[in-house]
Amino acid sequence: MWSWVGHRITGVVIFIFLLVHVLDTSLVRVSPEAYTAVIGAYKNPIMGLGEAALVAAIVFHAFNGLRIIAVDFWKKGPKYQRQMLWAVLGLWAVTMIPFLIRHLTIVFSNFFGGN
Amino acid sequence: MSSNSIAAPRSNSAQSPKYKRNKASHSSFEMIAWLFMRLSGVVLIVLIFGHLFVNLMVGEGIHAIDFGFVAGKWSDPFWQIWDLAMLWLAMLHGSNGVRTIINDYAERDGTRMTLKAVLYVASTVIIVLGTLVIFTFDPCPPGAVIDLPSFCTVP
Repeated sequence: MWSWVGHRITGVVIFIFLLVHVLDTSLVRVSPEAYTAVIGAYKNPIMGLGEAALVAAIVFHAFNGLRIIAVDFWKKGPKYQRQMLWAVLGLWAVTMIPFLIRHLTIVFSNFFGGN
Repeated sequence: MSSNSIAAPRSNSAQSPKYKRNKASHSSFEMIAWLFMRLSGVVLIVLIFGHLFVNLMVGEGIHAIDFGFVAGKWSDPFWQIWDLAMLWLAMLHGSNGVRTIINDYAERDGTRMTLKAVLYVASTVIIVLGTLVIFTFDPCPPGAVIDLPSFCTVP
């Protein structure tokens, strides 16, 4: 039940970002200056944390989506749906930890005067 | 599912006693939409995880992204097709998901029709815009000087 709520909330969040992301990418058709200026906003640390949250939402939605497919199509899916939710959360953590280390290192090292 | 359970959409509403599933629908649209969510979902995992890995994890990550980065990718038909498939599948998947949510929670007919009309217009605009941008993109626009990919010959 909570996974169902989480799937809906992450889905809406991802969809809203997708609309914005197509619009910002479309600025490449305006001029290189316009695109580079707007994409620069994605590189500050606050946006970097926002990107981490967005990726967290995407990874949950992806793995829970596979769980939904398993519940719908696998004969024993409904029986093991609770165990599969723990698997989703475990895979989510295993995916997010290396992602966060890499992404936040990139975001914060450049902010604090790296290269 | 005792005290902290969440009521199913519409279960507490005035409409709920009257709300019944249609017995015989003459269209298989909802079944096709249901199947599309699962098929497109699997493909989107590959496309979006690949997109995130190449754009955020490789090299300098997000700091490498500028006009030249996009121009370099879209000079290759592989990434044009990748991004085109991602755009269409993600927009249709997301639009159908939001359509489902609107159907669940917007109980008044007028509200539901209005929200869905806004959704369909917005989704169509974004899909058409994104498709045009991918295919009409010029990696070396005349007059531009900054952030160009290395293969452009700057006058």
